[in-house]
Amino acid sequence: MPYRKSYRKLFLFLLTIPVLLFIFLPILWLFSASLSTQVELFTVPPHWIPQHPTFQNYLDIFFPSLAASAVPRTFTVSLYNSFKIASFVTVICIVIGSLAAYALVRIPFKFNNTIKVGILAIRMIPEVSLILPLFIIASRLEMINKPIVLILAYMSFALPYAIWMMAAFFQTVPIELEEAARLDGCTRLGILFRIVMPISGPGLVSTAMFVFLVAWDEFFYALIFTSTLASKTVPVAIAEFVGRYAVNITGMMAGGILAALPPVILALIFQRYIVSGMTAGAVKG
Amino acid sequence: MRHLNKITLLAVAVILVLSIVGCQPKQTGPVTIHILTQDQAGMKPAEIDQIARDFEAQNPDIKVVMEYLSYDAIHDKITTGMAANPPAYDASMVDVIWPDEFIKAGYLLDVTSRVTPEMKAGIFPSAWNGVTRDGKIYGMPWLMDTKYFMYNKDILQQAGFSAAPKTWEELIDQAKVIKQQGLVEFPIIWSWPQLEGAVCDFTILLYGNGGTFLDASGKPAFNNEKGVQVLTWMKQTIDDGLSNPSSIASDEMAVEASFLAGQSAYAVNWLFQYSDSNKADVSQIVGKVAFAPMPVFAAGAAAGIQGSSVDGSSSFAIMATTPYPDQTWKFLTYLTSNAVQTKFSAEMLPIWQTDFQGDSLTQLLAAAPSNPITVPAFLAQFPFANERPTVSYYNEASKALQLALQEALTGVKTPQQALDEAAAKWVELAGQ
Amino acid sequence: MGGFAFQRKSTHIFDMTANSKAFPKRPFSLRQKEARTAWLLLVPSLVVILGVTLWPVIYTFVLSFFYAPTGIHQVRTFVGLTNYLNMLKDQTFWQTIGRTLYFTLGSVGLELILGLAIAQLIHSRPPGWKFLRVSLIIPWAIPTIVIGAMWRWIYSGDFGALNGLLMQLGLIKHYIPWLTLPNAAMPLVILADVWHMMPFVALILQAALATLPAELDEAAVVDGANAWQVFWKIRFPLLQPAILVALIARTVDAFRVFDIVYIITNGGPAFKTMTITYLTYLNSFSYGKQGTGAALSFLISLFTMIMAFVYIRILYRPEENQ
Repeated sequence: MPYRKSYRKLFLFLLTIPVLLFIFLPILWLFSASLSTQVELFTVPPHWIPQHPTFQNYLDIFFPSLAASAVPRTFTVSLYNSFKIASFVTVICIVIGSLAAYALVRIPFKFNNTIKVGILAIRMIPEVSLILPLFIIASRLEMINKPIVLILAYMSFALPYAIWMMAAFFQTVPIELEEAARLDGCTRLGILFRIVMPISGPGLVSTAMFVFLVAWDEFFYALIFTSTLASKTVPVAIAEFVGRYAVNITGMMAGGILAALPPVILALIFQRYIVSGMTAGAVKG
Repeated sequence: MRHLNKITLLAVAVILVLSIVGCQPKQTGPVTIHILTQDQAGMKPAEIDQIARDFEAQNPDIKVVMEYLSYDAIHDKITTGMAANPPAYDASMVDVIWPDEFIKAGYLLDVTSRVTPEMKAGIFPSAWNGVTRDGKIYGMPWLMDTKYFMYNKDILQQAGFSAAPKTWEELIDQAKVIKQQGLVEFPIIWSWPQLEGAVCDFTILLYGNGGTFLDASGKPAFNNEKGVQVLTWMKQTIDDGLSNPSSIASDEMAVEASFLAGQSAYAVNWLFQYSDSNKADVSQIVGKVAFAPMPVFAAGAAAGIQGSSVDGSSSFAIMATTPYPDQTWKFLTYLTSNAVQTKFSAEMLPIWQTDFQGDSLTQLLAAAPSNPITVPAFLAQFPFANERPTVSYYNEASKALQLALQEALTGVKTPQQALDEAAAKWVELAGQ
Repeated sequence: MGGFAFQRKSTHIFDMTANSKAFPKRPFSLRQKEARTAWLLLVPSLVVILGVTLWPVIYTFVLSFFYAPTGIHQVRTFVGLTNYLNMLKDQTFWQTIGRTLYFTLGSVGLELILGLAIAQLIHSRPPGWKFLRVSLIIPWAIPTIVIGAMWRWIYSGDFGALNGLLMQLGLIKHYIPWLTLPNAAMPLVILADVWHMMPFVALILQAALATLPAELDEAAVVDGANAWQVFWKIRFPLLQPAILVALIARTVDAFRVFDIVYIITNGGPAFKTMTITYLTYLNSFSYGKQGTGAALSFLISLFTMIMAFVYIRILYRPEENQ
């Protein structure tokens, strides 16, 4: 009955509105506030859309030499640091993780199951348990404030995660293909590189994206292991801005928008892979 | 073994990548020193940067990298920064309450031999006290600061008051009138968040009531009836709508923001609030701010307390493990030199007592338009600046007290209960 | 953030039989060769993982038995179980555990309810459902610290949007410093976390819903079931594995929350939003008591391991069938 159906559609559509509001209003407010001046931000009742919008806050960040406060100046450096570290972590995890994942799903050998359980368990270890000894060891090895220490520290959660995800994706490659290749005389490694990986391409993209996002997002290790300008990452920079009730709140808001852009854009570009990544290896039969 | 080669290749590639990322080239050419400081009290970051550039111009072989953080973030940054080798910072601003802890941990360099007799004689003795322990000097004094009582002349005038209150009780009376007349909603704004600022304000009020932090034997005395009276009074002013309720979330920058926006009539704060009050781009009450001696409680006045404030001085200390102590010391002495400090005396008054005598005093008064007002205020208030306890466990102890103040002010516990628990923690920490 | 594989039994990576079907009968020498290859492939990962996790965990465990104040020349004194005993006797510790559980239950509970509702909504294909699904990605992808900062500003007592909105709606007369109210602080932090992570739950559940055969719904409707019954009796049981995965992933993560608390309230007011990870951070890095910090870390790992163990047992029991 088309009559009833359209009522139902309308009802459902109306339901989506509060959800969309819930998602977008906070972001829109942040964005609008980042376009306003400090003085305007403090007016009561608030101007939801700034009457005198300005891009000054963003300009301060991109052209730090002109900026009034030290806050925006450090921001671009931290963007670069975050990008560098997240990229390295992603590449390393995909490279060595894919090898391990393949071995775990396709090669039956004695400790296979134990290692699988072990990796899952390790994924569960909270950061806070590792941070103190890693900190002590890193300081003894004089690695504090160098990117390498964050990259290694991030391995502790990114690598098991990557292995687990890729294992699930590799699992979905039809075993017959591998069988056929085997009969053609392919070695294990050959199968991995020539058959499994190309087919699970989307899975690898998904994993890479997840690892990148997780590394970009990480705060606790970055807070402790990187204190100087030269090495701090975006979350640490943001936390430092927020910690001050400084003169430049609108500047910080601009920074917040900019800090959110790379991961959000990345996630939106690869959105097809997000859900499959989240449910890695699940629902497909 | 084809696949073995591939794997080895892979492993080699990974190791190469890691080593590239991990390696840092050795410092050749000019030496770079990293200095950590706060961006609140004292000179503004832009001014300190200028000083650094001037120094670099005179010393082409030294490059100075300044890093600015909010005060509350600095303590933990020092401790984590010292874990690195070389340390993340070659020198750092050290608040007056930290030397004991840091000296015990071995973080600060002994600079006794580097201090010249002129420095010793020229700088206020109380500034040296802040950095000297067991006869050894561990830093270069930088800022002598205390909290001042500032008020908005305009608002008081409108309410019909020609003079600032002399006692806290008088303040309450004035505040009630101001509130009644609708001039501002909350006449007083304080810095009572769960941060060190609250302990500073508490110190002022506690000693103004004749109380002390520790008794003669070193045990906590802030939970005796004088302390409880003070805390109860604090809460009462919020309940009565005289103190801004956001005081319990406002650090000193927030206090300044509120005061300079004309939302409060009275604000207790460090010197920077006064210098900022005359800047049109951040203040809406230019020219309307005046100093008055910090009030005391009537009970305290009766007991002979003439004034009370809190010592919030800070120094710059060289980190013990820095590879460049000489260059760092050179910069620090430049930063704290008489010439530089006088030049920027609008932001912070010099630590050189010589500047406050004779011809130098005249020069100092002329150095900035605000000095004729700030210098007398400083000379009047600083002698009454009380010290918070100089114990090595102060950081954790203060957090317990901060917690107690918050709990009482938010009504979670009674003042007596909260202070007693904090006192118990102090005793526990002293025993460790 | 976290994604976990949930499975239908036949394709799960724990199922060894699927693998061995590919190579049914292999001579011993071949198996040996295979094993060697497997180890070669695994070694780089294992070295890294064990190096950065197993070794530190052992180190933490050992350190927890010492009194170890930070310092350049750290002197460690063996104190046996003192750190643990002190902690278990400390009221703050138990209160913190309580608050962490409060956060976990509140946050995960709300995420599940909202996530389920929104998943259903998307599943029923209203106009614009694709846009809705894509929009959900945004809060999830934004870094936690940015989200914390954003909500902190929304809650601000001086210029926050929450105050502005309430005032314009006439609900309050003057701005309230929300984050200083001891009983309001934690719910507000929970709200921020729910905003951030609810999309994760919603997307997982929606994907699971999408795999349910449409005939089930239709059959039920034909049988006269109303919407509520369709949900409760048919979909919900089938969604259980997915719900379980989302539930456990979120619970484990929520228990060790740090970032969002650090940025919105710094553990305040009056420690009302102090969580167990934050307490460990304070002890290890602010108070410089590394022995106590190590003991706390170890207790947290233990608790998380137990949760993990329970997870593995529940989810990967061979009899688990639907």
